[in-house]
Amino acid sequence: MVNELVLDHLSVRFALPGKFSLPGATVAAVNDVSLRIRPGECVALVGESGCGKTVLANALLGFLPGNAQTSGTATLTGDGPSLDLLTTSDTVLATTVRGRRIGLIPQSPAAHLTPVRTARAQLEEAVRVHHPTDTAPRDHAHRVAARAGLSPDDLDRYPHELSGGMAQRVANALALVGDPWLLIADEPTTGLDRHLVDGLIEEFRRMVADGRAVLLITHDLAAAQRIADRIAVMYAGRIIEIGPTRKVLEVPRHHYSRGLVDALPDRAFTPIPGQPPLLTDLPAGCSFAPRCDQAAPVCAERPTLTDDDHAVACHLPC
Amino acid sequence: MLTGLRADAITAGYDPRHPVLTDFSLTVHSGQTFGLAGPSGSGKSTLARVLALLHKPFAGTVHLDGVPVTGFRQRAPRAQRTRIGVLFQQPRLSVDPRMTLRTAIAEPLRANGRPADRVDELAELVMLTPELLVRRPHEVSDGQLQRACLARALALRPGYLVCDEMTTMLDASTTAALVNVIRDYQRQTGAGVLAISHDTVLLDHWADHVVTLDNATAGN
Repeated sequence: MVNELVLDHLSVRFALPGKFSLPGATVAAVNDVSLRIRPGECVALVGESGCGKTVLANALLGFLPGNAQTSGTATLTGDGPSLDLLTTSDTVLATTVRGRRIGLIPQSPAAHLTPVRTARAQLEEAVRVHHPTDTAPRDHAHRVAARAGLSPDDLDRYPHELSGGMAQRVANALALVGDPWLLIADEPTTGLDRHLVDGLIEEFRRMVADGRAVLLITHDLAAAQRIADRIAVMYAGRIIEIGPTRKVLEVPRHHYSRGLVDALPDRAFTPIPGQPPLLTDLPAGCSFAPRCDQAAPVCAERPTLTDDDHAVACHLPC
Repeated sequence: MLTGLRADAITAGYDPRHPVLTDFSLTVHSGQTFGLAGPSGSGKSTLARVLALLHKPFAGTVHLDGVPVTGFRQRAPRAQRTRIGVLFQQPRLSVDPRMTLRTAIAEPLRANGRPADRVDELAELVMLTPELLVRRPHEVSDGQLQRACLARALALRPGYLVCDEMTTMLDASTTAALVNVIRDYQRQTGAGVLAISHDTVLLDHWADHVVTLDNATAGN
């Protein structure tokens, strides 16, 4: 069976307990997201901080907190049984999905590693868990490390002795130990130097060429432009535009995507006016309409995402 | 009189035998934006801390409007310390998590015994809406929190602003918005800005001139 992840009208809501500053409110963090990811492609999910990107990733990995309510489905097919990631128990996710079918490349890898153990100890542990029958876990760890661009000597270091680039490679190696076909990378380029970003982008391209899929979650349009085959633009928890990278960035159809592109320093360097809406109090119609200079009465009704190659959810696209 | 914030032959770091910066000089002129680029480990943040009077250099002097600085950190004279505003990369690590945004923005005013009545004006400057001011840091996004940090940095009307990787955590629109706020402030007050970033595309479009620190000019 073909490896595939299909999100169908996925929504995540958080019920806020009454004692906080927004009593009894519901946060609509992810709304009605439909998306299909297949091996051999990199899909970038871009949007402002707080637009629901990370919540979506956490939903796929089963990392949502207890007050989250989900609806819709996220169906993972391929090697192993077909699963709806939203309803699968944590035990099943921990023993058959995380690290094996879906790998996570975390933000700030140095902080993600255990500070009191060497990179080798952590990598060998992952090898022992994922490949319990392997009689030479150390050699296996060296092979995985070499594939991520690390020498055996590098593995003797503790996390605080690793440079940013090396910590990133250790995180990549850890994510690849269980040979997952899908990698979710959450803001992997934040805070990295130019040449480290270049190295990481090359690494992602290699993973995609190896037949893996990468779901890249980022606010960095420049990085998305260089890695992604497709870009999905998220605003207030919804995907409002999705299409081939070049089309979305060069001829954006949604006014929000156009605003994001125009904000880049090498374009107009002008901000989008206004602020994103509160996720506790989303407008009934198009959630971008209050900030949109093209808004018309028709925008009081919620636009649906079109069903073509370069899809947009806007009544009056650019 | 604003004549510039000048680093003169600064040698600084955390171990005198292995300084991060050696004999480094630069001047941030008033009304101008000085861009400083370079890879991590090249000493950009150390220089930012020295120029913000937060780190004492091993050798060299900092001149503020022609007057040599005599003390750093808590020994920096208040009149000099408050002339320089600072913005850091991680707004979450720069704001007391127990404070509302309103309290955080008013902090420099209170600490200097001035009335805190400018908070609404400052919040409007960085486009923070009143309902956000009653929230605490964990209830707002990185972009909203960095806006509050900028309002706080401008509260005492500094003559110089040191921005150390201020935009790293921000999306393109928030980056453009904050850079525009800083530019407007410079036009009104003639303030000088030191903009530090590893994003050379950003610095090329933001700064009046850009200098790249590499490991050859810094340290040994």
